[in-house]
Amino acid sequence: MSQIQHAVPDGPIRYTQICTRSSSCSSPQTSSSAAAAGTEPPSCPGHRGRTPRRKWQVFPGRNRFYCDGRVMMARQTGVFYLTLVLIILTSGLFFAFDCPYLASNLSPAIPAVGAVLFIFVMGMLLRASFSDPGVLPRATPDEAADLERQIDSTGCSKPPPRTREVLINGQTVKLKYCFTCKIFRPPRASHCSLCDNCVERFDHHCPWVGNCVGRRNYRFFYFFILSLSFLTIFIFAFVITHVVLRSNRTGFLTTLKDSPASILEVVVCFFSVWSIVGLSGFHTYLISSNQTTNEDIKGTWSRKEGKDNYNPYSYGNVLTNCCTALCGPLPPSLIDRRGLIQADTPQTAPQSNGTGGGGSYAPTQLHSHMCDQDQCLQSTKFVLQAAATPLLHSDPVVLPPLPAKPASLGGPCAYLAPAQPALPSCAGDVLTLRDAAVDSHCHHHLHLHHLHHHQHFASPEETPCGTPQGALPCPAHMHLQHPAPPVRYDPVTQDSLHEDSVRGLVKLSSV
Amino acid sequence: MQRTASLVTKVFIQRDYSEGTVCRFQTKFPAELDNRVERALLEQTVKTLNSCYVEAEKVGGQSYLEGCLACATAYIVFLCMETRYEKVLKKISGYIQEQNEKIYAPRGLLLTDPIERGMRVVSFIQLLLHSLRTTNTSV
Repeated sequence: MSQIQHAVPDGPIRYTQICTRSSSCSSPQTSSSAAAAGTEPPSCPGHRGRTPRRKWQVFPGRNRFYCDGRVMMARQTGVFYLTLVLIILTSGLFFAFDCPYLASNLSPAIPAVGAVLFIFVMGMLLRASFSDPGVLPRATPDEAADLERQIDSTGCSKPPPRTREVLINGQTVKLKYCFTCKIFRPPRASHCSLCDNCVERFDHHCPWVGNCVGRRNYRFFYFFILSLSFLTIFIFAFVITHVVLRSNRTGFLTTLKDSPASILEVVVCFFSVWSIVGLSGFHTYLISSNQTTNEDIKGTWSRKEGKDNYNPYSYGNVLTNCCTALCGPLPPSLIDRRGLIQADTPQTAPQSNGTGGGGSYAPTQLHSHMCDQDQCLQSTKFVLQAAATPLLHSDPVVLPPLPAKPASLGGPCAYLAPAQPALPSCAGDVLTLRDAAVDSHCHHHLHLHHLHHHQHFASPEETPCGTPQGALPCPAHMHLQHPAPPVRYDPVTQDSLHEDSVRGLVKLSSV
Repeated sequence: MQRTASLVTKVFIQRDYSEGTVCRFQTKFPAELDNRVERALLEQTVKTLNSCYVEAEKVGGQSYLEGCLACATAYIVFLCMETRYEKVLKKISGYIQEQNEKIYAPRGLLLTDPIERGMRVVSFIQLLLHSLRTTNTSV
């Protein structure tokens, strides 16, 4: 027992307040001296404020969110506004100048059909622009560490391979590792450099729409360009008809004087129709052969000399391909944009599901929307408490300080007891708190240190949560440099600690 | 004197892309769970999950009908109605909860819903709670 006391520092505890009981606190930012774990922490202000933040606010990609996370777009939206202006202006001029004449002289169905087309075009455009294209959320630190371990175990001294080969329908497909998202990209997924996200079934990044076009919004994009080509042709045709009919009665120049907007409409439609109809045709071909723009441009499935290259995703039938792409099931968003980042909520409220937004499907007791790293720290604390107290019930113990900087947890663990070589590389949630009767006291000391070294973290950009800037000194060194009297730790009853430890472990499940 | 110590590790089951882009998880039994849970139980769970995802992504009569109806109403119908995929996902989370209660929690494991991991992995959290009794305080 005394050995453990020696092992534990005599310094002031740079202990950061982690709100474990209050529900509004999330990441700890302030460090307070001599605040031992286990005592009821005072309510910490938290740099996030009192209102819980939503996940879109800490989303790591380069996207813009509006309407409290319901709307998701790319960063550059200037061209999207141009698209909007062109469509609304041209259609507005058509309804204002040409439709009255056409309705009275030809048929009132013309403006009606025009209105329906216009509404459909706008609806599809907004839906394509505002919805999540199928962004793949980045890997949690544990998963990233697990993958790294798998990759490293296969390679030798050379840089390990970052590709995996998969046989799909008899065709070999290479899965690439994404360094930003730390995942092996699923087939047909690609990383958009403009949005800095991996997108499932990535087609292309469309500046006109102001968003990526991927699995979840491809059909909206296609319907948008298809209906826009119909609308463009419709307006072009009926403006010409209007001008011709009027010119027959009053002369061409008078017509132009009466309806000057018609010239503008004709010019806009003439230049648009080539590109939009061309694009619709191109995408119709892509849909019928079940390819993405990305694959077509790269020539992934083109027949090369001597190579039996074919598209493994195609159903072989044009109709089936079209139906699957346009009428197939619409998968939900994998990024929970409107989910709340909460600290320590035993019961989570069901997340409101915005239109096209992600939601949680089964809010259970286990499902907490906290930052991965915060949760890990808290859970680690719980388990540590639970383990430490029964072991040291008679003597006070100073619990190791946990640093204020939650960041990605990684790095191989150098202090694992030799008896357990099979433990995976520490991703921060591996705690080897062994029974002191089984191991020597030194081990126990080592393990406490081991916990410290867990907290050597990588770059802050890997954390989606806001983190304090600046690296902290190694906690292991800290306590050597700052001697101070140890804080007495009053152990809570075993029952509540056990409860807390189970709670902590359960929280780890969300990480 | 009773002492407890906890060991928490995570085991991940990755996606299986051999059938294309459809959501499917590998049924290969992870070595870390060798003495924690029976192979058959785990494989059964993963196979059931895979079949649920296949059902969710199935392109058939019902999905066509839903797609056409949605297109005809300019997708406004989804404000009132849940998509088939979402319904299946709810069913899956209920199933996972039930599996956790019946099979995995008694064995000290916790299965997480893949949707919470962006459908990348099925993760198992292993808890090892050692309850040791000693008569002498050697600490």
